[in-house]
Amino acid sequence: MEQGTFRAYSAGFIGSLLLTLAAYFTVVGSHGPKLGIDLAVAAFAVVQAALVLYFYLDLGKESKPHWNITVFLFMVLVTVLIVAGSIWIMYHLNYNLMPKHS
Amino acid sequence: MKESEHFPDPHHDVSANTVFGFWVYLMTDCILFATLFAAYAVLKDGTFGGPSAKEILILRDALWMTLVLAASAFTCGIASLQIAQNNVKKLAFWYGATFLLGFIFIGMVGDDFDRLIELGNGWQANAFLTSYFTLMGTHALHIAFGLLFMIVFVAQAIRWGFTPMVVRRLHCLKIFWFFSYLIWIFMFTIVYLIGAT
Repeated sequence: MEQGTFRAYSAGFIGSLLLTLAAYFTVVGSHGPKLGIDLAVAAFAVVQAALVLYFYLDLGKESKPHWNITVFLFMVLVTVLIVAGSIWIMYHLNYNLMPKHS
Repeated sequence: MKESEHFPDPHHDVSANTVFGFWVYLMTDCILFATLFAAYAVLKDGTFGGPSAKEILILRDALWMTLVLAASAFTCGIASLQIAQNNVKKLAFWYGATFLLGFIFIGMVGDDFDRLIELGNGWQANAFLTSYFTLMGTHALHIAFGLLFMIVFVAQAIRWGFTPMVVRRLHCLKIFWFFSYLIWIFMFTIVYLIGAT
């Protein structure tokens, strides 16, 4: 696909607006379980991020050897390690150090 | 020349190398934000008896901030299209619109900070607020630097026209601004939609 066109930016913008409003009204308007709403909202965010990366930042449109996406994927790996690792460790630290409520 | 036949590299000229280097910087910036997101996720419930995220963060304000920043990313994209048209006036106009929207966004963050601090919920009150102010402040700082770059690079485009150097700087500014919106998507989702409900 051609990089940086009016069509691409319009698609990115309209997609962003729709997904933002969808996420907002999912939270404000629904009374379902918190976990289900959280997962739906997270899914909206991931889709919107993918739209921004593709239509705005032209990720995935470059020719071989794909350096941009290689660096991007490495960043995703580090991000997942930092965020998931921190939450995992701190949750278990809390759990193991918490005085027993008995 | 033999080497390049074996590894066809699109980053062959200096300008493309600069833009690729800037992309690598943005990816490391993502990791900076990842640490702040991790801190927020861990410290969110550490309110030290104070009000929770749900009680003091306003979802509707965050929605407006998201819409303003989304619009600014779009106007920034439109501005960048003017380089190919060789139209400096339109570039200045659309970056002016982007600047205004970015400025409104910073004002909204400032109002939010004022409101929290006046109620005694400043960054020093508890661990949750420390992580919140750090994350929001770091992002707002990125937006502020984006606004500064806009003034400087648009002024250079007006003064010197679209020279290779100016085009390269405008390209870096564009991906910096898009990147700031990309980070904000996750802040809106994790801090507000998931964290404050």
